[in-house]
Amino acid sequence: MVERGTYRVKKGLAEMQKGGVIMDVTTPEQAKIAQEAGAVAVMALERVPADIRAAGGVARMADPEIIEKIMEVVTIPVMAKARIGHFVEAQILEALGVDYIDESEVLTPADELFHIDKHSFTVPFVCGARDLGEALRRLSEGAAMIRTKGEPGTGNVVEAVRHMRMIMSQIQRVGNMREDELAAEAKNLGAPLELLREVKNLGRLPVVNFAAGGIATPADAALMMQLGADGVFVGSGIFKSLDPEARAKAIVEATLHYDDPQILAQVSKGLGDAMPGLDVATLNEGERMQLRGW
Amino acid sequence: MKAGVLAVQGAVTEHIKMLEKCGAQGVPVKRGQDFSGLEALIIPGGESTTIGKLIRKFGLDRPINEMAAEGKPIYGTCAGLVLLAEEIEGEDPYLGLMNLRVLRNAFGRQRESFEAALEVPILGEEPFTAVFIRAPYINFAGPEVEVLCRFQDRIVAARQGNLLVTSFHPELTEDDRFHRLLLEMARDTSQKTGSKQDLQGNKKAAAAANK
Repeated sequence: MVERGTYRVKKGLAEMQKGGVIMDVTTPEQAKIAQEAGAVAVMALERVPADIRAAGGVARMADPEIIEKIMEVVTIPVMAKARIGHFVEAQILEALGVDYIDESEVLTPADELFHIDKHSFTVPFVCGARDLGEALRRLSEGAAMIRTKGEPGTGNVVEAVRHMRMIMSQIQRVGNMREDELAAEAKNLGAPLELLREVKNLGRLPVVNFAAGGIATPADAALMMQLGADGVFVGSGIFKSLDPEARAKAIVEATLHYDDPQILAQVSKGLGDAMPGLDVATLNEGERMQLRGW
Repeated sequence: MKAGVLAVQGAVTEHIKMLEKCGAQGVPVKRGQDFSGLEALIIPGGESTTIGKLIRKFGLDRPINEMAAEGKPIYGTCAGLVLLAEEIEGEDPYLGLMNLRVLRNAFGRQRESFEAALEVPILGEEPFTAVFIRAPYINFAGPEVEVLCRFQDRIVAARQGNLLVTSFHPELTEDDRFHRLLLEMARDTSQKTGSKQDLQGNKKAAAAANK
């Protein structure tokens, strides 16, 4: 008997992505550059987060034609984004055959109360989180992979660092808790107790946890890996930089040798300008994508 | 028994846990010096294009070829199978150590990925729960290749001398029989050390290592 879409099969794809870099792309040409540079997957988008930020208005799922064209030219997995709560966009992406759906705060949320019921899909989902409670809420809805939210489209790693450190320190704290404390912590975090118990037993999230939101340099990628990320997403950081090909390659190599400063120095050389950054402190609340979702 | 898991990218920790469950010492391998003292190697699942490019870039293909030439067993799962094959449909081969032709993503995209219970005679009667993730299969195997398992008439597990491959991911299950098989092969090899026995299928590897 053949069983599709089991949780093990969904989580499994993310396990295969570990130690790798997932890159945002908007055209088939960019997708080829990403694959050639050694990306483990691409995120097919109409605009990268920095341009979504600049354009304003409502950001929605990409045109299926763009996604299909990207799926045609690469052999690595293709991911695509649906708005938070927009389960019909997710149904469309599943019908297109994308390999992973990102229920993403980069797009304008479609539902302020409910995230998508991800258990009801065959295709796996990745979701953003700022802390352990948020990560476990997404897992209870069926997400098979977590990433930090960071602050997308800024080229500023500070928020991704904040979220990764937060999740890691909360996991550590939970590891030292007694059962009675665990129940109270579940209430504090707004997370299901069974999942929190699993975190305590494993000493980590029960799924793969990538870093995302503001990674722009090989050093940023290595920083997130040293802080405990299983891999990294790079959104605007590659194709908003001066030399995307060289930067993409360098970020892939830095993610592999994240703990070897000699190699990091080598791969960081001569990449040209990174994307122009944004100081997150200058963003008002309405401009902070990380505050979308709960 | 020290066994390495190529730690360039992919499901590394899962294989290390499996090796330790089988009583071996599992170590991640990502630099040339990490190969010293290894009696077996696992090339895990991941993205074969990514792993293939990076092993070349950082010169890890040479020590892998050397291990194969010395007759030390190597086990490739999914992407590992793709990397070990002599032929990949529509792509240039990477290590090219096994007389196989593989088709990548051969069962379809992620939504077609699946689990199934397979008969694997070499592992005994109990069926093996196999997890296939955007998996490849083998559509040609040379005469020196021993087919270990077929699924829907396609070859999904095989062995050639001391090289073992599966399309699927035993490391995502609790079933450690493939890992035990690998370690058994490693013990047999170390017992034979010193004898100049011709290890079937490894001549090509010897040639590659001498390049």
